[in-house]
Amino acid sequence: MIYQGKQNIWSDYQKEIPHDHWFYVRSCIRQSFFPASEYFFVKIVRDLLGKDLYESKHHTTCGGIAYHCDTIPQETAMTIVARQFALMTEAGYKNLVASCITSFGNYTETLETWREFPELEARIRENLWKACRREFEKPEYVAHASDIVYMLRNEIAEKAKVRLIDKTTGEPLRIVEHIGCHYSKMFPHKGVGGAEYPCVLSGMVESWGGQVIDYPERRHCCGFGFRQYLVKANRGYSVSNTHKKFESMEPYHPDAIITNCPGCPYFLDRWQYVISEQTGKTYGRDGFGIPVFTYEELAGLVLGYDPWDLGLQVHQVAVEPFLDKLGVAYDPDAKYLGVNKEELLKPTLPTVLKCF
Amino acid sequence: MDYFEELNKDYRFKEGFHTCINCGTCTAVCPAAEFYRYDPRRIVSIVQTRDNERIENLLKSDTIWYCGECMSCVTRCPRKNGPGLVIMALRDLSIRLGFFTESEKGRQIYPLTKALNGNVLGLGYCIHPSTFRFEDHPESGPVFQWVLDNKETVYSRLGANYGRDGAGALRKIPREDLDELKAIYDVTGGSERLELVEKHSRQKAEEMGMNMEEYTQYTFSHCSPGHFNNED
Repeated sequence: MIYQGKQNIWSDYQKEIPHDHWFYVRSCIRQSFFPASEYFFVKIVRDLLGKDLYESKHHTTCGGIAYHCDTIPQETAMTIVARQFALMTEAGYKNLVASCITSFGNYTETLETWREFPELEARIRENLWKACRREFEKPEYVAHASDIVYMLRNEIAEKAKVRLIDKTTGEPLRIVEHIGCHYSKMFPHKGVGGAEYPCVLSGMVESWGGQVIDYPERRHCCGFGFRQYLVKANRGYSVSNTHKKFESMEPYHPDAIITNCPGCPYFLDRWQYVISEQTGKTYGRDGFGIPVFTYEELAGLVLGYDPWDLGLQVHQVAVEPFLDKLGVAYDPDAKYLGVNKEELLKPTLPTVLKCF
Repeated sequence: MDYFEELNKDYRFKEGFHTCINCGTCTAVCPAAEFYRYDPRRIVSIVQTRDNERIENLLKSDTIWYCGECMSCVTRCPRKNGPGLVIMALRDLSIRLGFFTESEKGRQIYPLTKALNGNVLGLGYCIHPSTFRFEDHPESGPVFQWVLDNKETVYSRLGANYGRDGAGALRKIPREDLDELKAIYDVTGGSERLELVEKHSRQKAEEMGMNMEEYTQYTFSHCSPGHFNNED
């Protein structure tokens, strides 16, 4: 009886993710900071696993960052979202997948608000027609890109070249997961596992052989806070929140962090650099930091792709100690080459955080 | 003007404001309250009084600008309130009434508005490497300085379609799509909002004896003492 009750409760936290035919919309932050992750999302989902994933060159920002920095009215943000829906409809798709967590939250907030207030949906349709002469069907399903990788995690595991195992000790690598706030804190029923038991990333880690590490501030925000990072005067908020998380996870000695939000891998990576410069403290072993990966980067490593093709050279925290534990081959001399393998002047090194 | 009634027209307020029982759960989980002198419980409590003078003080204060809109409070409120959504409605009203220039954190709306909407309307992105200035973002680290110094080749190396036609990351958004974004701003009040922020910020800059370049830099960079919990 108790077991059945638990099963019923757990079923409330599950998502029925459609298996195929997706209209893909990109993330402003990920394109700027981790473009290879989006490249490998498409490569893995479309080319390797054969799913239908379509991108329109006409889609734009969803306006989510401008909206959450309070610089545009809600109707402006919703009408930009409606335009993305129109592009999806025109392309013949019903399932929308967003690369960005802020976008995922923005699309979900729009649809949920329209559900509560149909008169607002009617006004946005009118706005879109006036502005763009476009009409749309609402998506039948909105997913975050990490939902798709979660859904395909076992297929990825079947094709894995390596597992998340320390090749020296044979023990599972210790992975911390960090889920972006707008994935399931606003609308818990829209995230795999809800807000209480989000398993979108831990499910990937476990499928690929790693061990998920719990720690007290696991669900604390990375500290992006939109205006709290984008305005220079406010960045104390941002770094302080990241610092709180690292102080909390430090005693558990994670080998790496996996994230699903555009901002989180950037902040958790870069603020380690800033904390090291300001205080001299580093959180990894031997003066290194704790590497922070997107789920596509970790999937790519498991599938055997070259670390520099995956874009790991644009992390500030060195990834090499993690690659060594994993037993992944890489060419140190190829790390900072250009697209035609031309030599480029290498980045300068931080004063404290150990890098290559 | 009855501020409470104005707030009540905002759909975020309708979604996020029910009866607050003042339990303080929102403040306990709030990443902003941890570091800033900020208490979302108190803000919702003030709004709940419907006291026009107290709400006006809020609209002119720094406190409504401390929230990071992470919405951690939405998950935890036992009464299904969303203090973060109430904050969004308060900020919107503060901007519409021009009250945002009365506080240091409110004045930051100016550089944010210029930068983000310049990117949206000019490029089709909220954030874009071509307008991301390393000198404004030293925390992005030497590795990102390297990326910015070698944009064309590094972004191509990373699989992007930087500044070119077609699909792909960092592609050039076609002119006709940027025109549609502009039309959306015009129809939905976005363009009017930009003009309003510009007008009030110019007035404030004049009061403060600054030209707009100085005002932009000052509001972007200056942090007075007194915002943080750990200050005397």
